[in-house]
Parts: sequence; structure tokens; C-alpha cells
Amino acid sequence: MIPDNFSYLAPASLPEVWDALHEHPDDAKILAGGQSLIPLMKFRLANPAYLIDLRHVPDMDTLAERDGALVLGAMVREAALERSPLIQQRYPGIHDASAVVADPLVRNWATVGGNLAHADPANDHPAMMLALGARVVAQSPRGRRELSIDDFLVDTMETALQPDEVLVEIHVPQPAARSGSAYLKLERKVGDYAIAAVGVQLAFDGEVISHAGIGLTNVGPKAIRAQQAEAFLVGKQPSDETVREAARLAAQAADPTADLRGPVEYKRAIVRTLTARALRLAAQRATALA
Amino acid sequence: MSVTRMFGASVKRREDPRLITGDGMFTDDFKLPGMLQMGVLRSPYAHARITRLDTAKAKALAGVHAVFTGKDLEGKVAPMPCAWLVPDADLKVPSYTAMATDTVRFVGDAVAIVVADDSYIADDALDLIEVEYDELPVVTNQEEALKPGAPQLYSDAPNNQAFHWKFRNGDADGALQRAEVRLKQRFIQQRLVPNAMEPRSSVADWNAGAGELTLYNTTQNPHIVRFLISVTQNIPEHKIRVIARDVGGGFGSKIPYYPGDALAIFASRMLKRPVRWTEDRRENFVATIHGRDQIIDVELGATRDGKMTGLKVTNLANMGAYLSLAAPGVPTWLFALIVPGCYTIQDYACDVYGVLTNTTPTDAYRGAGRPEAAFLIERMVDLLAGELHMDPVDVRRKNFIPASAFPYTNGGTLSYDSGDYDKSLDLALKMVDYEGFRQRQAEARQQGKGKHLGIGLSTYVEVCGLAPSKAAGAMGFQGGLWEPATVRVLATGKVIVLTGTNPHGQGEETTFAQLVSEELGVPVEDIDVVHGDTSAISMGWGTYGSRTTAVGGTAVLKATLKVVEKAKRLAAHLLEANVEDITHDHGRYYVAGSPTKVKTIQDIALMANLAWDMPEGMAPGLEENHFHDPTNFTFPFGAHICIVEVDEETGETKILRYIAVDDVGRVINPMIVDGQVQGGVAQGIGQALYEHAIYDERGNLTTGSMLDYTVPNATQIPFIETARTETPCPHNLTGVKGVGETGTIASSQAVVNAVCDALAPLGIKNIDMPLTPEKVWRTIQAARAGGTTGS
Repeated sequence: MIPDNFSYLAPASLPEVWDALHEHPDDAKILAGGQSLIPLMKFRLANPAYLIDLRHVPDMDTLAERDGALVLGAMVREAALERSPLIQQRYPGIHDASAVVADPLVRNWATVGGNLAHADPANDHPAMMLALGARVVAQSPRGRRELSIDDFLVDTMETALQPDEVLVEIHVPQPAARSGSAYLKLERKVGDYAIAAVGVQLAFDGEVISHAGIGLTNVGPKAIRAQQAEAFLVGKQPSDETVREAARLAAQAADPTADLRGPVEYKRAIVRTLTARALRLAAQRATALA
Repeated sequence: MSVTRMFGASVKRREDPRLITGDGMFTDDFKLPGMLQMGVLRSPYAHARITRLDTAKAKALAGVHAVFTGKDLEGKVAPMPCAWLVPDADLKVPSYTAMATDTVRFVGDAVAIVVADDSYIADDALDLIEVEYDELPVVTNQEEALKPGAPQLYSDAPNNQAFHWKFRNGDADGALQRAEVRLKQRFIQQRLVPNAMEPRSSVADWNAGAGELTLYNTTQNPHIVRFLISVTQNIPEHKIRVIARDVGGGFGSKIPYYPGDALAIFASRMLKRPVRWTEDRRENFVATIHGRDQIIDVELGATRDGKMTGLKVTNLANMGAYLSLAAPGVPTWLFALIVPGCYTIQDYACDVYGVLTNTTPTDAYRGAGRPEAAFLIERMVDLLAGELHMDPVDVRRKNFIPASAFPYTNGGTLSYDSGDYDKSLDLALKMVDYEGFRQRQAEARQQGKGKHLGIGLSTYVEVCGLAPSKAAGAMGFQGGLWEPATVRVLATGKVIVLTGTNPHGQGEETTFAQLVSEELGVPVEDIDVVHGDTSAISMGWGTYGSRTTAVGGTAVLKATLKVVEKAKRLAAHLLEANVEDITHDHGRYYVAGSPTKVKTIQDIALMANLAWDMPEGMAPGLEENHFHDPTNFTFPFGAHICIVEVDEETGETKILRYIAVDDVGRVINPMIVDGQVQGGVAQGIGQALYEHAIYDERGNLTTGSMLDYTVPNATQIPFIETARTETPCPHNLTGVKGVGETGTIASSQAVVNAVCDALAPLGIKNIDMPLTPEKVWRTIQAARAGGTTGS
């Protein structure tokens, strides 16, 4: 379990990161928390010749509300999210998700940016960010661009980032007055990837759902937005029957494959169950906040 | 001196400070001058012929000192030994070479080794070895392997059968024919990976000039390793020193002497340099033994009112690709004799087939045979209760061996030493409020909220304290199972205790010191318990089979009493009194009735070591040996109760309460005993709910990492409520029975019984371990659909 030889670079600014990327266009990988990349290297499943560590790049660990959005620097550690009162109170879905990423040792190192940029469908933040309608900020020598999380997540371990781009920030719209979010995960043991997990956000206009976001983890080639379920919920009260139907639609949107974590029909059933439970929890939280 | 009683005190473990501050000395911590690092190339195929093996590129890499293959071992290193040759079983022991020469038989079989300056270079060099394989048909399942036409691992083991072992007592067939009720059930004891926290490691240091070998090794039994090295590598036994200081867990997986150990020794001899090998976790998963993997068919006969009368068992045991050191004894002797459990069943038959397959060899894993036995009988009792609509408590009580019947010869011909099964069950039922729970369960079932409550019992008995050497011989175990001890009191009153056992987490550095302190009156901190060094300790059979305290501790106690006896005679001399008049307490020796004139044990030790003024004919020194060979096994027992809640929608099992009432005889250190029970129960819960080593059809271990092999985390283990009854062992001086394995032996079936109880209203009778959410969910779905009700 020893990686192949590699060189370690620790640039002190974004321009230096870009230079390094430019110099090693084919065999460099950006290192954030390293909790996915380093194990892959130890198994020699990934053999980058250069690691470009972002830890010395300034201003990458912002965690604050600004201009109507929660701004998360790409290098914000999971442990910081888990401990932040702002996240706990205003973004419970993100808090739920960060609290079930692997285990505490991993969370001390793992970053939210890495979790998204690695684009593993088993990672927990992509689905939650889909539910929250997050936007992703990428920077390159050519400038800065913002893209929706939907556009950012392209395929299994593939994002819309260009080779010269670095993911720098994630922007999550501030929650509406009466809204709530939740992320529920079923795992074989604490620290495992999800059998399935569901992120949900609900906003209410009076008693009626005005907006719904639902993202699914590890039941497809990438995190999946359950669009039909979202559309079905809007304009309705979260009655048992409505929740059941939305959960059924979400399970339909899932596209799981059979593996050690279970066969397809089980994973779909878990999506249905977790969606229903997450919707109820999010609705409850919205009421509590109101 | 204000010494309170040490026997029975919760003294803090003396081994912990060094272990939790990183000051322990594990094998991999020994760094010798000029030491090289060894890496092992392992087969990626489960069954294949090696058609080409080219090591030239690896040898050419800078920093590589040598590359060896199986051919290099010929005439130098004999095959790996199997030391439990079960008699009357048509046993076939296939040749198990430390490296494969022409055929590999499991993923992880060693093919070549690299010796390099450091492990980085060694790993790079392994990648440069070129091997071509011709794949052969693979069989991983023991039932498949026995069938005609199955791929054959060896030409001299037809049908892949390594042995067929039989046990008969009374007339099982007749009892079953006469039985009013007959129940058949198949149980799967899934394959498990022991996963000791410390991987295995060897540092071999060959001193060519002296012709001496020192081996630092992760072993539970250094003297056995010494012996095996001597007979397989032609080094005289007295020229070998095996050192195992701190060993980071074993659970049985560090009993065997392994190819990696043999290869490190071989490499050190060839290169005349110290060579270190430490497996990584990936190697640990495939190249360290696995546990369990048995398919067990049971037929039970009983009367309509719940009296069990006859039992037949067939066990298909997956031995893996080779027979590991103690492997044949595990599914046979260690399993079969204790199957009748706490119950009076006498008509009993058992057939065990040891089967060779293209998988990692199996061997003893915590409990070794006894968890399988306890699981079987405790599940059958519950199935019988379900069949007869009786309470599982009542069925148990109806069949218990009564307390008045001990010593009792069970259906497996074991002589149970002592027991009181009702007593531990009574206490457990009281702790759990059994009646109250049944009421709550009935109410919950009426409300029916998608959560199912269940309760499971396990009233177990096990056999440990291995073993009378005579019994070991009769069972085909190629060794004795006695233990020596030395107690040496130095001039300053400090005490060295030497034991041939090798505790590696069980806490005997503390409990043996307590035993000695109790008798000698020397404070625990003045007593050092030395283990794990063959040059310091004459002999020893090691730590496994919950034998360390029952056997090794008894030897220590008896040696201590000999020291006390000599101290008394010397005290009499120094006090100018008759030895018959000398009394002692807390290390103070005086003439009975005149406690003012005292010789302390320290005074006596000083004089014994100076020997200026000894009584006529008394030799100097204050040191005694004792060699203890037990007269019987020991039989701990108890009652475990588990309460679970099963989530119908996800299939998740949540343990709401876990109660462990154990009777392990007398208890030297309650805190350590609690710890052993808790750890054991955690492993039993691991088997019940989480762990499963799975092979695909090509023989790849698909659960070959901590990511995919689900060892439970602390958060998944409930608070374990422990309590004890105390029925002393009548045949050893300590009264101790042993507690190293009880938790594991007692627990899996308590959890499975609880889940099956929870799901009984759905008609579900059995679910195979591990009870993963997916499997439980699937079983519920099938039951709801009116389909099958579990396997």
C-alpha cells in the first residue's frame, strides 16, 4: 500500500496552481483533503506524477453568508461544516451530509470542494447540493465562471471543470423564510459509502410547497436530481399520500446497479423510504423554523 | 503494609499506558542495523499454473538485494506444517510450500519475494516481476467442491476432501426415528476475516557465525514457532530465539506459523542480513487465515412437550487451499463435542467433512468451533420453541442439565466440571424484565408501526482451558497443552514471573501479578510478568483457547505457593522458630501469636539471595518452577439476552439492549473480565449483523478491504450490560475457567434469535448471517408476498 513515485507541489497562490497545471497538463492531480485520492494512489489505482496541494492557497476556506448565498470555499473541511453553528441552524441538510461523510478522522481532512470535484456518485455532498440548487465557481487564467451544480456534475468522476480550472467556491442560495432541508443516508456501517442516500429541500408558501429539491446519492452514474418528484410536490401540502407518491417518483428516478451494497430493487426501495423520511423531516424543520 | 486482597480487584491494566501512548514494542518496531525489507508477490488468480516467471527486471532495480521464487526453497525450507492431525478421519495433508512452484491455489498464494533496502523499493520491484499464468477452473464453495466433476485442487485428495471425521454417542438415528417432533435446519457459518489491528510481521536475524536465529514475530505462541522453524528450516531448536513482545491482537490468526515468517528467515539466511517483512492490510485480508465458513445441517428430535432427545449434525467445513496449522481440529474436536450445549441430549451423531477449495486457508478464529456449536444448538432450541408454540425460556429450562448433576458427561462425552444454568438465566431474565418485555412486545405488535421488536436468548456453555496434554494427544494435536511458570524473587524483593503463555490483549501482565501479589504480599508494581521470549522462558504452548489464566495462571499460582513454602522455612530459621509455628499474611512472616517479631518477604528474599545465613541443607535463591498439566477442560457458561428493533422498510436491525451474564468461574480482575466479554460480544455482533468474506466465482475476495468488509465500528455496538454468577472451576487451584472467547461464543445466536423472534409474526423462521439490512428486507418482502420464509 505504497504509492508509486510522485512529486509534491505546494503553490502559495492560484496563479502558481495554474502554472503547475500548465506545466504538467497530463499527469498532475489537484490535492484538496486527499481522502479519496490518497487511497487510490496507495492501491496504485491512480498514479499521478505530480500532486498540487491547495492548502497554501489563500482564501479557500471561506464559510459565510454573502450576497444572498452561503459561500463555501473549496477547502472548507467537513469537520468545519459539521461544527459550524451557521450550517447547523440554517443549512441542516448540509450539516446532515457532512456528519455522515466517512468517519471523524476522514472529516478532519476531507473538504467539501474535493467531495464535489471528485464527482464520485457515492459522495454525499453532490446530491445535497442538487437539492439546494447550489452553484459552483471555477477559476482559471481565463477568468472566473459560475455554473449550476447540475451542469458541473457530468458523469462518474467527471465534472465540467476544464483542465486549467480550479474549483474555488460553492454558492448555496440562502434558505427561504419557511424552508427546511435534510439528508438521510443508509450505510452498511458507519463510515461506509451509502447503500443509498437522499438530500431534500422544501420551501413553503403557507401550507403549500412552493419549491422542492431532491438529490439522490449512489444510485446512478452520478448524483441524480429526482425531477418528477420535485415537480409533483410543488403546489401541494406534504400529506402522507403526497409524500408517498413523491417517494415513489424519486425511486423511479434512481438508476442503481447491483453490488455488495445490495440488488437494484433493494436500493430503489431504500430511495423510496429515505425520500419519504427526508421529506417529512424537511417539512418538520420548515415548520420549526417558521 | 496495607495490601488489600488482590484476587478480585479491578486493578487497572498495567499494559495499557505503554500501548495507548505509543511506547509499545511491536514486531515492526524492531529496527536492526543493516536490516532489509521483504515484499511478497502474491497470485492474483485463485487457481492457475505458472507458465513463466521472470525476475530479471526486479533484480536489476537499484536497491534490490535479491529476488527469490519457490524453486529457491527446494531442499532448504520444508513445506508449512499442519499440526492437528485428526485421527481416524482419512486425513490428507496437501503439500503447502511457502511459495508456489508450479500451481497457485488461492488469490494471495505467495509466488516470489523481493528483498530490498526499504519497503518503497520492495513494492516497486514487485511490480517489475513478470509472471504468466494459465488459469485453471476454480471452486470456492465447499459443497460444490465435493460434487463429482468439481475442479480438483490436488491429485491425491479426491473430491477435494481433506478428511471425514465422525463422532457417535448413543443412537442418534433411533432417537430421531422415535421422536414425536423432528426439525431439520441448515445453518451457514459465513467466512470471517479476523482483522487483528496489528498486521502480521517478522523480523528475522540470522547470525551466521554463531549459527543462531533470532525471530521477532507476531505470534500467540513463540515456543511453537521456535519448534516449527527448527523442523522446517533445519536449525537446531536451541539455536533459535523467538521474541514476541507486544502483539496487537490475534483472535487466533496469530497461532499459525506462516509462509511470510518462513520466507523472512530464509531470506535472512541467504543474505546474512536482518530481514523484515510486515504485511499490509490488503495482504492481511488474503494471506492471513480466515475463520468459520461452515455449512451445517442439523436434525433435532424432541417430544411434543419440548424435551430434546436426539441430534444429528453434518458439517461441511471449508478449509481453504491448504490445511493451516491447527485447522483440522477446529470444525471437529473444538466444534462437535460441545454441540449438545447446556442440555441433556445424549443420542448424538456428527459428521464433519474438511474440504479444500481455492480460497484463503481457514483456521481458529475467536471461539474456534465453539461459536458454531453454540449457535447451532441455541438456534435449534428457538426453532423447537416456535414449532411447539412454547416459550424459548421454558424449552431451555426443560432441557438444562440440572445443577445437581455435575460433574456431568455430555452427549459429546465431555465431562462438564461445574455449572448452574438456571442461576445465570434467572439473573439475565431479571435484568431484562422478560415478562415486561413480552408484554411491551405484544402491545407493539398490536399497534404495528413497521418496527418489529424481538428478544433473543443464548444459554451457552463452552469448553476452554485447553487442555489436558493426554486429551491433546488423543485428539491428534501434535503437542502438549501444559504450561510452565517460574516465580523468581530478587534480592531487592522485586519479582519476575515467567510464563509460557503469550497474552496479547487479555491482560495477564496484570492478572498474573495480582495472583502473585495475593500470595506473596509483594505489591503489584514490584512484579514483572515476562512472556513472549523463548530464551527467557523454558517452554510454553501459548495463548489461545481461553487457556492462559486457567492453565498458565494455575502454574504461576503453584510456583508462587512453592516460593511461599520456602520463604516460610527460611523465616523460621531467621526467627529461630519451628516452621510449623510460622504464619504469614500480606508478606509478613512471624510466629503465630507474636506478630511483633516479623520477617518480611523482602527480608527473606534478601537473605535467600545473599545466602549468608541459610538453614542447614537449604539451597540459596528464592525461585521456583511449576509445570502444570490440567486434568480437565473448563466449562464457562452463561445467559445472554438481546433485544432488537427491526425496521421493516430498510431491514435495519437496531440492538436496543444487550445483557451478558457470564459464569467464568472465579474472577481475578472484574474490569478485565468485563472488557473481554465486551470485546467478544462486539465480535459476535459483527458476525451476526455485519461481517462476511465473500468470494466471486473466480475466487477473488470481493470484500478484501476495510471499505467492503464491514467490521462494525464502536457506534454500532450497543452498551453491553454485564453481570456474573460465580461457579468455581473445581479442578484447578485458581478456580478460574476462562473468559477470552465466551463473549463471541455466546452472542451471535442471541442477536439472530432476537431478529427471528421479531419477525416471527411474519412467518420468518431463519435468516442466514450476517443479517444485513438488505437480507432482512428481502426476507420480509418474500414473507409478505407469501413466498419462502427464509432459508
